[in-house]
Amino acid sequence: MTVDKPSFHSSASVSDTAKPLKEQKSWVPIALIGIAIAYLALVQYIPAINVFVQAFSKGFSPFLSNLTQPAFLHAAWLTLLLALIALPVNTVFGLCAAWAIARHKFPGRAIVLSIIDLPFSISPVVAGLMIVLLYGRNGWFGPWLQAHDIKIVFAFPGMVLATAFVSMPFVAREVIPVLEEFGKDQEEAARTLGAKDWQIFLRVTLPSIRWGLLYGLILTNARAMGEFGAISVVSGNIADKTQSLPLFVEDAYKQYETEAAFSAAVILALLAVVTLVLKEILERKTSIKDVE
Amino acid sequence: MIVSPSVEVERKTPFWKKLGRVPWTWRITIGYLTVMLFIPIIAMFLKASTETPARFWAIATSDIALATYNVTFFTAIFAALLNGVFGTLIAWVLVRYDFPFKRLIDATVDLPFALPTSVAGLTLATVYSDNGWIGSLLAPLGIKVSFTRTGVAVAMIFISLPFIVRTVHPVLQEMEHEIEEAAWCLGSSQWQTFWKVILPPLFPTILTGVALGFSRAVGEYGSTVIISSNTPFQDLIAPVLIFQRLEQYDYSGATVIGIVLLSISLILLLAINFLQAWARRYDSR
Repeated sequence: MTVDKPSFHSSASVSDTAKPLKEQKSWVPIALIGIAIAYLALVQYIPAINVFVQAFSKGFSPFLSNLTQPAFLHAAWLTLLLALIALPVNTVFGLCAAWAIARHKFPGRAIVLSIIDLPFSISPVVAGLMIVLLYGRNGWFGPWLQAHDIKIVFAFPGMVLATAFVSMPFVAREVIPVLEEFGKDQEEAARTLGAKDWQIFLRVTLPSIRWGLLYGLILTNARAMGEFGAISVVSGNIADKTQSLPLFVEDAYKQYETEAAFSAAVILALLAVVTLVLKEILERKTSIKDVE
Repeated sequence: MIVSPSVEVERKTPFWKKLGRVPWTWRITIGYLTVMLFIPIIAMFLKASTETPARFWAIATSDIALATYNVTFFTAIFAALLNGVFGTLIAWVLVRYDFPFKRLIDATVDLPFALPTSVAGLTLATVYSDNGWIGSLLAPLGIKVSFTRTGVAVAMIFISLPFIVRTVHPVLQEMEHEIEEAAWCLGSSQWQTFWKVILPPLFPTILTGVALGFSRAVGEYGSTVIISSNTPFQDLIAPVLIFQRLEQYDYSGATVIGIVLLSISLILLLAINFLQAWARRYDSR
């Protein structure tokens, strides 16, 4: 690719042979780049910059005082906790699923892959609805849960279920292609040399899939911390109790506390920036450029 | 389609002895999928089946429900198609041209994947409101964006753009430049080259991206609920209607509309798989 070359002019084309043709119409690339950037600016850049400008519009100290409000701190803590639970659970599932799918040839493999992807296609609100229908008061497990005094819907466990649901496929999705590319040879060699299953996993498989796995973890984390729809349905959105950070943002906005909303939004936007930076670093390491 | 794997499990495990032979990775995978995915989906269909078909149909096609489908689907199709054009253009620019800050622009295309949807809704609603940065420029022209259906479209455009760019980008990157050059050598104009040489093999890929973006836009809740005024028959979308039904403890109402949305997601998933298979045909050539 031409990335490492210094680019002085936008009409620099990928192939030298195409140059004479391109030079005749050098306004075409410039116009196309202009349209692309203008579109991105309208849809993404201006709204993204707006988050930071609005949060700091009255200076730094109101921003800080917003971030020390108990409601905000509780929401941030809850968000962290949700990610801390969803992440390991989905990692174990993702690794098992990836192993099972990448290491076995069986009929209906494509169907299993589609099934693992299902949580991406299901609307978050529908995901939340399904949890309510199962664990809510009138749900399947409702009577049993009530008899044992366990609260899932409108409480923390329901939020965990919702978070785990929406962030389920990432690890498996990112690890499967890496595992397939890596192949079985080294694992089989380790086995003939007498290694046990867990030794093979820790010493042979894990090191080779580590970047793909990390990539999956980052995406899982971003989704888990940022999920709104599914959690909104199952949590009841009770301030100081079942309000995660994305819910706090919406709630504050609805109560016309725009500054508090944007202060919290900045924290979530920074999470997004960190995610994108790590993603970029890992993509360079693994050259995975797959779509979600 | 959903039921087939559990059928497979049942076939595999008629005896407890056989279960012992299933690798534990499979057991965790199937167990987790069953608890998290299969049982909830089955529970929703069973809940819906407690309604008589006539009542199900009456709820699914009530005036307010039809209005939300109308708003949801047509706005999502509009957003996905617009992104089909501009997303392809962005992918093209990123693959073919070199310009300052290209890496940065490439990386930030994924922003909607990483940014929590409520933050997206908050900032879009502010920027496109009457006194926001962009909204104040549109207001004198009589265009209101935030808290109208146009606002819903803006949120859907935001959320679905990376799907198209990221689907088209790798395919465009692998396309051989030589074919285009051959077309030029044979005397075709740039315009002809684009329409007759570049676009046809790319078309299934663009459609895949549009379908992925559409699927995401239809289900989107976080950003759309904030930027919309959620007025029935104007800018109320189907996911928000489900939420409102639940708030009113109308579980069957929520379930029926949920089933409609879920079925559409499943149909779209099938369509996307089909499109991907179609796109792959061009790979082997």
